[in-house]
Amino acid sequence: MSKKITIEPVTRVEGHGKVTIHLDDNNQVAQSRLHIVEFRGFERFVQGRPYWEAPVLVQRLCGICPVSHHLAAAKALDVIVGAGTGDGLTPTGEKMRRLMHYGQIFQSHVLHFFHLASPDLLFGVDGDPAIRNVVGIAMKHKDLAVQAVMMRKFGQEIIKATAGKKVHGTGAIPGGINKHLSQEEKDSFLNGDDPMNIDKMIEWSLGALEFFKGYHAKNKDLIDEFAAFPSNHVSLVRKDGAMDLYHGVLRGIDHEGKKVLNDVDTQDYLDYIDEEVRSWSYMKFPYLKSIGKKDGWYRVGPLARMNTADFIPTPLAQKEFEQFKAYTKGKPNGMSMHMHWARLIEILHSAEMMKELLNDPDLMSGEKVVKGTKGREGVGLLEAPRGTLFHHYKIDDNDQISMANLIVSTTNNNIPMNAAVESAAKQFMNGQDKITEPMMNAVEVAIRAYDPCLSCATHALGKMPLEVKIVDKNEKVIDRKMKNG
Amino acid sequence: MDKILVRINGKDYSAEAGKMVLDIATENGIYIPTLCHYEGIKPQGSCRMCTCMIDGRKMTACTTPVTHRMVIETQTKELEEIRSTIVELLFAEGNHFCPACERSGNCELQALAYRYKMMVPQFPFEFPNKQLDAKNSKILIDHNRCILCKRCIRRKKEPENPTWFVFKGRGYKTQIAVDHEMIDKEFDDELAQKAMDTCPVGAIIRKEKGYDVPIGERKYDKDPIGSNIEKGAKL
Repeated sequence: MSKKITIEPVTRVEGHGKVTIHLDDNNQVAQSRLHIVEFRGFERFVQGRPYWEAPVLVQRLCGICPVSHHLAAAKALDVIVGAGTGDGLTPTGEKMRRLMHYGQIFQSHVLHFFHLASPDLLFGVDGDPAIRNVVGIAMKHKDLAVQAVMMRKFGQEIIKATAGKKVHGTGAIPGGINKHLSQEEKDSFLNGDDPMNIDKMIEWSLGALEFFKGYHAKNKDLIDEFAAFPSNHVSLVRKDGAMDLYHGVLRGIDHEGKKVLNDVDTQDYLDYIDEEVRSWSYMKFPYLKSIGKKDGWYRVGPLARMNTADFIPTPLAQKEFEQFKAYTKGKPNGMSMHMHWARLIEILHSAEMMKELLNDPDLMSGEKVVKGTKGREGVGLLEAPRGTLFHHYKIDDNDQISMANLIVSTTNNNIPMNAAVESAAKQFMNGQDKITEPMMNAVEVAIRAYDPCLSCATHALGKMPLEVKIVDKNEKVIDRKMKNG
Repeated sequence: MDKILVRINGKDYSAEAGKMVLDIATENGIYIPTLCHYEGIKPQGSCRMCTCMIDGRKMTACTTPVTHRMVIETQTKELEEIRSTIVELLFAEGNHFCPACERSGNCELQALAYRYKMMVPQFPFEFPNKQLDAKNSKILIDHNRCILCKRCIRRKKEPENPTWFVFKGRGYKTQIAVDHEMIDKEFDDELAQKAMDTCPVGAIIRKEKGYDVPIGERKYDKDPIGSNIEKGAKL
């Protein structure tokens, strides 16, 4: 008898989604889908608002990585106020924004790895759900929990020093920034009491990498084979091919490493990327136009960035990058669980970048804003923690926004997450007539590797207990399981 | 000017006859909340925020001149409840979304809401359908946030001249309006800033300058509304 399994909502991700898995008469996975069931409509309701409001307004999409939206919108508006397409800001303006951004990447990645993902690693995918959570981590691995909290706090303090507030600040304004870094702030980050200083953050970032690599060595099946599949990869890279999370050109490669997006200008993204709408999800499905809807989907995020970048411009992260690349002999890495490895390398890179920036005198003085000839349209891209983030605005004669298009990182990962769900479902559910909690969690682990922010992706907000329904082909519920998120 | 004696909150103060209760209180470090009042503009007593018990009656402090032996109570429980209710009503009848408003931190209405610890208004939100008027190059008017205090209208170009702002419509349809051509012709950056400063909320916004003051340095970030007056209290 065929069955339909519904996992709703998916837990330990940002936002609200559900999974449906159809099993055929032989209990083989016939179809699986990750549905995003939220709708918020930011693109519509920013229309009519004054353009300089956008960075503050649209960051409300999310409470986890608002800085990414704040900065992407500000970058788009830089173009509108004539401050160039990413290279026209004053040194102070650009460096303060970069510091804000690396603080954001750092805290968001830490949140994901330690708070959301590590319970699966430390307690096992089939661990007791009662302790397989952040509270369990705090009880059983106190040192790790303290590190997680303090690392996140450090990133949040960096955001506060640059944006004015830890969440939903106002630091980036069209054409630049509204504040300098004070001497007191600089000193506290560089030489603060242990552990709240940048050297400790670098040490802990290296420690987290060692922890993961140790786990990897003992659990190769899970890390290398779980939800592994080839795909295209897209991210920004600096013009010389270096990893650059704040600005660059768009690079795409296929599963063999061949370039499918040849370092194109971000202002021209619409020439290369389109979005498809499907009836069963509020989240759109982006694809590379040159390849087409069927095969043009791509992955973004830490794994994609490791695949597209030629090198990382900070020494410790570069060393880790070389190990990461060597593991696949330089070939693009399609292993979903290696997303965690890549994320940890980016945590280290962000910490190194923060140290470099904190020592830069430009942050403490100099012109904050630059403006030139005003335009009517601007595109702002950056590498958010979860991947490439696109903001595109047009304004009218009265300085009011007339069009907004946002392609959020998680939206870019829509098809890859569906592919990961299918892969995990087939691995764990094929041939099974009883659905157990570990099987459900395995599907969630696959989604979780992408650190999806479903709120951002549909521009929505939610809470997520988990419900699984087993439904026969006549849609009659024959089994139902539920757990709280 | 003749000196008279007034009693405010049980304490006697010397005052100049003819001055308003609000002015005498302010001079003596006693804060009375206001919204429609703005220094240099003739008071009109329309918002009722400054309502005090004056010789046993509820009267607006901004429009009531002091008289000899006047007895004034500025801060009773009943008065504070009235003021808190006024603030809540203003929030409920407009569309005040502080999180994205560029006047946040510099907004008198928001500052008063903090003063009165407004958490959830007791009145249902109206969510009126109001528009943004941005047809000139210097300022925009966001009708969602206007509390109709008339400060912009009462601030004259010259003492005897008309203003750039007018009321149009009647009753609940009343809203401020401007002659956009005149604004384009006559406004420079200074006048645009003055117009914005005159507005107690974020209804008049100077174009293309938003959020240039960082969080932490805005008017009410460190010093809650009224604290500057209360710091000058005479012991």
